[in-house]
Parts: sequence; C-alpha cells; structure tokens
Amino acid sequence: MYRYDEFDHEFVTARVAQFRDQVGRRVSGELTEDQFKPLRLMNGVYLQLHAYMLRVAVPYGTLNSEQMRMLAHVARKYDRGYGHFTTRQNIQYNWPKLSEIPDALAELASVEMHAIQTSGNCIRNVTADHFAGAAEDEVADPRPYAEILRQWSSLHPEFVFLPRKFKVAVTGAERDRAAIQVHDIGLHLKKDAEGRLGFAVYIGGGQGRTPMVAKKIRDFLPEEDLLSYSEAILRVYNLNGRRDNKYKARIKILVHETGADEIARQVEEEWERIRHGALKLPQGEVERIREYFAAPDTLTALPPSPALAIERARDPEFDAWVERNTHPHRIAGHVSVTISLKPIGGTPGDATADQMDLVADLAKRLAFDEIRVSHEQNLILPHVAKSDLKAIYDELVVAGLATANAGLVTDIIACPGLDYCALANARSIPVAQRISQRFGDMERQRDIGDLKIKISGCINACGHHHVGHIGILGVEKKGEEFYQISLGGSGDENSSIGEIIGRGFSTEEIVDAIETVVDTYIAKRESHDETFLAAYRRLGQAPFKEALYGTA
Amino acid sequence: MTDKLITANHLGDGLVVFLTAKGGWSYKLAEARVIPEAELEAALAVAKSQHEAGIVVDPYEIETTVVEGIPVPVRLRERIRAAGGPTVTYGEAEIAERAATLKHAG
Repeated sequence: MYRYDEFDHEFVTARVAQFRDQVGRRVSGELTEDQFKPLRLMNGVYLQLHAYMLRVAVPYGTLNSEQMRMLAHVARKYDRGYGHFTTRQNIQYNWPKLSEIPDALAELASVEMHAIQTSGNCIRNVTADHFAGAAEDEVADPRPYAEILRQWSSLHPEFVFLPRKFKVAVTGAERDRAAIQVHDIGLHLKKDAEGRLGFAVYIGGGQGRTPMVAKKIRDFLPEEDLLSYSEAILRVYNLNGRRDNKYKARIKILVHETGADEIARQVEEEWERIRHGALKLPQGEVERIREYFAAPDTLTALPPSPALAIERARDPEFDAWVERNTHPHRIAGHVSVTISLKPIGGTPGDATADQMDLVADLAKRLAFDEIRVSHEQNLILPHVAKSDLKAIYDELVVAGLATANAGLVTDIIACPGLDYCALANARSIPVAQRISQRFGDMERQRDIGDLKIKISGCINACGHHHVGHIGILGVEKKGEEFYQISLGGSGDENSSIGEIIGRGFSTEEIVDAIETVVDTYIAKRESHDETFLAAYRRLGQAPFKEALYGTA
Repeated sequence: MTDKLITANHLGDGLVVFLTAKGGWSYKLAEARVIPEAELEAALAVAKSQHEAGIVVDPYEIETTVVEGIPVPVRLRERIRAAGGPTVTYGEAEIAERAATLKHAG
C-alpha cells in the first residue's frame, strides 16, 4: 500500500502542529467559536449531539495492521473504547475531548493517518471498491488513481472553498461496488479496444435531499488525463455551482439545472485549455504509485484446499460464512473475506478497540497485512488463502465478528441518527437493531437472499436510504419519529433511486412494515433466484403498496 | 407559556451542559435552572456571555416540562441529548448486552 514520502510526512506533521496551536488559542479564548469552527472542520472535528466527533480518513478504505492497531489505541485512549466505520470508508470517534484531539492526531500521523479534508466544502476522502486489487472481476486496481487524486486534491488551493463538499469514488470492475453513480465524480476504470487504461467519467450523482443518479459525460478518458479532466470538472463546478443556497450547491444541482450535455461541453472546453499542461500524468509516476499497491510477492496461486472442503462439510455455520462472506479472488486459492460489523441486534459499523486489534492481528498473521473498510460499514481482509479461512473464522467467532450475513437483510447500513448526530430528526440505530433481530434467523436470511436495507435518520441521507433496495428515512412528525419506506433503490452499476411507497410508519409499526415488504417479495418472486431488487423491478410498487396499505 | 432550559456544549470536552440556578453549568439535567418565559432573555444574555468567554459553545433554549421536580425536555432530540448519550448501549457494553440477550433467549 501507499507509504508516505518525506513531503507527506512533513505536511501531515505540520498540519497537526498548526491545529494544536489553533486548539490552544480556542481554549485560551483567543479564537471565537465562529473563527474556530471552520478550522476544526478542516481537521475532521465536528460538534455533535453529545460531544465532539473526530472523523479520521481511511484513504480509499485501505489500511494495514499497524494503522488498525492505532485506531484501536485512539479508541481506548481518547474515546470510549470503540469507533464507528462509516459509509465513506472512514472511522468516527464519538467522544474525544477537544484539548486531546491534537495528541490523537499526532499519534495517528505516526502511522500515516490524518483527518484532513474529512469535512468542509472541499474534495473529501476518495473512496474505492473495497475488493480493489483483489477481485477476480477487476480490470485494474483503482487505488493508485485514488491516491493520485488524493495527492492532487489535498489542500488544492483552488478547491478548498467549493460551493459544497465534493466526493469522488473509483471502481476498477464492471460490477460497481463503490456506488460511483451516486458521487459527485464517479470513475469507472476500464480498458479501451486497444487495451489502454482509462475511465468512464460520471458526474452529478448524489443522495441527500435531492437524490440524483450521475450522468456519464465521457465514455473513455485516457489514464494520463485523469487530473486535467478532474480539474476541468472542478473548475466548472467551482465557478458555476450555486453559493446562494446550501441545499442547491452540490454539483448534481448544477448538472441538473444546466443539463449534462452543456456541462460536458463546458468541461471539455476547459479541459482542452489545460490538458497538455502540467497536470498530464507522466507514465513513470503512475507506475511509481502503482508499485505501492502491488500485491505482496508471497501472494501466489495455491492448489485447492482439501482441508477447507472437509471443514465446510463438518461445520454448517462455517460453510454458511464461507458462502456469504468470501468473495472470489484473482489469485487461485485465495478469497477476500468480509468481516461483518453487523452482528444480529448490534450497531451497524461499530467496532470495539479489542475487535480492531483482533482484525489487525489476523491481517498481520494470515492476510498479508492488509485491511479494508467497505462503504457498507464492514471490514475486509482482501487477501486470504482459502486454507487459512477456518483459522480466521474461529478467531472471528470468539470476537463476535463472524456473522455470516454479508449482503443479506441484516447487513444494514445505518447512519448514527438521532442517537449521535446533531442534524438527525429520528433514530436509525434502534430501527436497524430491531430489523436485524426480526430477521436474525440465519436460515430465513439465506432464504430471503440478497437484500440491502439502508437507513437514514434525516434527509441528508448518510445512511444511503435512496439506494437501498429497501430504504428507510426517519422524519419527525408532530414530535414523534416516523419512518418513510422507499423501494427499488440501488447503488451498483445499474443505479436507481428508490421510490417512496406511501405514508410513513411509526416506531412501533416500522419493523412489521419491513417484514410485510419482505414477505410480499417472498410470496411474489418467480423463484428463489429472483432477488428482491429484480422482483421489485418486475412487479413495481403495486403489490407492496397493497400489502402495506390495503390499496393498489 | 412553556418553561425553558438553557443548554450548550462544554468547550473543553464537548459534553452537554445546562445553565444552573447559580449561573454556572452542570452536566446534570436535574441541576438545570427552569426558566420562566419572562426571565429567559436575561438568562440567555448570561449564557451568551459564557459562550463569548469560551466556557461553553452555542447555548440555546429548549422547551421543558417539569415532572416531580425534574426537568423533562419536550422534544425527543433534547431528551436524548440531555441523557448525555445515545439510547442504545455502545462499545463493550453493547457486546455484553447482546451476549446476555442471547443467553436469556437460549
């Protein structure tokens, strides 16, 4: 994985010192809150419902065991022994003291981690497919490009005060596991007819109060033009994006109001001006960055593991876990493992310091020292020899991390909601927990099959409800929590925004309503192989509406 | 007219605090000063000066009822906030709670 060079080290260390000085001046009264707030936000420090919250970047979701151990250490020393992995592949700590945050950041910097640009109207942490560099179906590893974008966008002077925040996601496979079509820029790394690498470029996707699926403005952008084209997009947005209304300031609104064709024309025009300039990527530099992400030399093809087959036959729970929580690897004899942070009845995405340490330990001993955070709020060991699966599984079981539910109905994305968030209108976590309990039976989950439930506690949609096969949006109505259901959303290569099915449900009713939706699907599906999403796209709203409200 | 409380976050640790009868701040809701509408403006002025003095951050008033002498904020958001933490257990306590539930169920 990428290692800091001298410049990176100096830059991050200087930033910690700068923030330490700013915190000191805030505490001494030299800075007012109005002066300090934008400074703390630039360093990932929010003031949430109960306390400060520190969001630490995990660039493109990749980290090693030393970094994961540091996340555990920060959780213990500066927080309350746990952290929350987010849909942007980052981690959030819910209880740090302001005066101690510079110390925490200094410790994080010692393992090449930081909180820069995890907030504010700038280019945020670039996200990527969590199976990057490992997936069997991948054309090329998207992370070198995510890293190049990170270097270009870090404190880019032109883009630190954009109209609004800006999120970029990159995938290197046809199967989109990074939800690129609901990002401000989505990049699909692919090869052209001549075998050259480049990108399909999508812009203007996003969720929030005005969900939009991104528009493809270029089918193939040569690799070498990644930065100049990105800069052209950002420049058009920075100049023309609305600054008069926070809710209309994202690029998706600009694209929607101006039209994708016209925006594409403006981007191409700007790009023509700059494409042959300093931003052209030298091939040598791409190769240099790519080498950081090369798989370890010891990751070589292995013969099939007879022991695995025996263990699977012997232990049905292990067999189910292998079935659901492993993903095909490009190197024979290996898989990527999903470590579920969705235990039945648990808080989606939370991990204790001990659990983080265990994952770090497993990665170090048995998984080539690599860990990923997925946007679905799970952890991933991208490179695991099949012959080591049982050993890993056994340790995960002890730590409560072996729930065999990846991609199933209890693998729920949920935002922190009104339990933690200052912006939320309703709670998300307890709803996720109750749904998880309702569908906790593993056999039932497996029978239901692939089904993504995503829950947001307010219209900002951090819980991605718009792209949930079943989306749940919490609202406040006459002082009570209400939950609106939408169906048919998807964040993959065939992205769609879910459609609201009808009036909302109370806290007491919502779990029954979800069960009604699921039972309706089971009753109406053509076969076990027809997924919820496929069935919904075939059937439309009517049968679900009828089941929920008694009217078609 | 509903009674009010004034709440803010403590600058240093970020935790939720309430303006007390003595003009200080407490982490405990029970120690919050219940403020009649007529006295709200003056109390807010005190709170604002404490914000400016760098003791608390962003004070604001919330509506409250009083049940058996203890203030109970009207809005759910403020009740959750006043409780000082989420309505769900977290960290090691959450793991212990789930283990206990499983044991109970089993």
